[in-house]
Amino acid sequence: MDMTDRTWRRIGLAALLALACLLPFLVSSYRTFQLTSALSYAIALLGLNILTGYNGQISLGHGAFYAIGAYVAAILMDRFGVPYWATLPAAGAVCLVIGFLFGLPALRLEGLYLALATFALALATPQILKYKLLEDWTGGVQGIVILKPDPPFGLPLDQDQWLYFFTLVVAIVMFWLGRNLLAGRIGRALVAIRDHPIAAETMGVDTAFYKATTFGVSALYTGVAGALGAIVIQFVAPDSFTLFLSITLLVGIVVGGLASISGALWGALFIQFVPNVADHISKAAPWAIYGLFLIAFMYLMPTGIAGFLRTLAARLTRRPSRR
Amino acid sequence: MEAFLHQVLSGLATGGIYAIVALALVMIYQATHLVNFAQGEMAMFSTYLAWTMIDAGVPYWPAFAATVALSFVLGIAIERIVIRPVEKAPVLAVVIVFIGLLVILNSVAGWIYTYTIKSFPSPFPTHRILGGYVSAHELGVMAVTMGVLVLLFVFFRFTPLGLAMRAAAQNPVSSRLVGIRVGWMLALGWGLAAAVGAVAGMMVAPIVFLDPNMMAGILLYGFAAALLGGIDNPAGAVFGGFVVGVLENLAGAYLVGTELKLTVALVLIVGVLVMRPSGLFGRVLVTRV
Repeated sequence: MDMTDRTWRRIGLAALLALACLLPFLVSSYRTFQLTSALSYAIALLGLNILTGYNGQISLGHGAFYAIGAYVAAILMDRFGVPYWATLPAAGAVCLVIGFLFGLPALRLEGLYLALATFALALATPQILKYKLLEDWTGGVQGIVILKPDPPFGLPLDQDQWLYFFTLVVAIVMFWLGRNLLAGRIGRALVAIRDHPIAAETMGVDTAFYKATTFGVSALYTGVAGALGAIVIQFVAPDSFTLFLSITLLVGIVVGGLASISGALWGALFIQFVPNVADHISKAAPWAIYGLFLIAFMYLMPTGIAGFLRTLAARLTRRPSRR
Repeated sequence: MEAFLHQVLSGLATGGIYAIVALALVMIYQATHLVNFAQGEMAMFSTYLAWTMIDAGVPYWPAFAATVALSFVLGIAIERIVIRPVEKAPVLAVVIVFIGLLVILNSVAGWIYTYTIKSFPSPFPTHRILGGYVSAHELGVMAVTMGVLVLLFVFFRFTPLGLAMRAAAQNPVSSRLVGIRVGWMLALGWGLAAAVGAVAGMMVAPIVFLDPNMMAGILLYGFAAALLGGIDNPAGAVFGGFVVGVLENLAGAYLVGTELKLTVALVLIVGVLVMRPSGLFGRVLVTRV
């Protein structure tokens, strides 16, 4: 049973990968751009899910780390001429440090209070980015425009397709790392801290270290995603990183599935494509839908799309004879 | 010196608004031990209701009273319909529901009233008084804050219903045993918070103008005020509101400029939470394991 489960999963993953590689040749370059953007969201959602879903630390301010990643990439490319691919490790490193430092005081804040502090962070982010002493770096309200990279080695791809494959590779690496992190001892420690911090401590889990580091790692993921997002959109400006970006990320993990790796992917597709559709109704409609989905998922499907699919698959495989 | 005094006085006026918001937050916190992230958007929505009535020709004070009453009913409805199903759920689920509520109220207001900024009338005259230190609106806001405070104090201290609400918040099990309908007391708490929030919204709208995002910064300062005063202490929250209002104005005038107002709130919130999580006047929580 375990064997077949595993093989099935491998087949599924291979099919998904093949589809992911084919997609940019089948759809328009605008759709390719959207898919790239969805992939970068997926990385951010995985980061937020590591923190909120697995470790139980509520962050309503992950848009701030997304913003930092985006700005690190844009500043490095625009002011220092660093190639785009080299900005990702830098963005990740900066966010790791800042996330860790923010996580230190956050250790003393439980549940609700952490939500409050990060909520404040999300609201303050655009203001800090606009601040005039930072203007030489951030470009103030105007933001920074960056150039779209060309495919290297004379590959027969256009810019959008190349960026898609670049993001796909980064996403695969990040997901693979994340899965290994969560599947082992560290992942179990994170879940233990979420479900029963005192018991976890008694079992010898260094709660303080784990929580602060998780905050850092989560920020790293989100920062890399932010850098990718900036490169894809070719533009950063303070007003793209409001509270509503943080809420979008929250919607992504709730809809995709809390504490689920594949949930990050479903959530990313949701937050990328649903607003596009809803936008035709009214400017306010995407947000009304987000709000409804947040509440409805909490009532009806707290494990999100990923959890729903898991239950569905379990039900289908458990009773094959009765069908 | 004169400029300093002016900053302090106008800080007290905005502080009054923060105090009202903080009071609404504390009211819900006391009853349910939750911080209502949608408080600001609820107040914003109420203010739009008031605007609709005034725009239709209703005089200010009747519109004010009707808005407070309507907000009370809406607050109860929200508790009954949206919050009650997650009463016993983990914190994460409740926070997510609050955020959902915030987003829905914000977008529905944007949908109905559009995102263009509207001006909102003040019931007080516009000219400056007391030698030019405060505007009449600022003084009026302070008076309204005090009025709300006194009313709430009298309600909770001297009426049987207020006593029942306090009992339900402090000891739900025993309250149920003596016949208090605890669930409805919580709903009443939500109604009162919504009504108080509506007052804050209508007081602040003439200053910041009316748009769906107008309460974000004010809610943040309300959080800071409630935390500074102690989130389970109504009087502390009001004191915190005035302190935070003055601090905000002084920091804006002498320290960082007005562009970083929200960052000041962020620093205040994180600072209070890290250094004195129970606030100035809050009870220190001891958890038994």
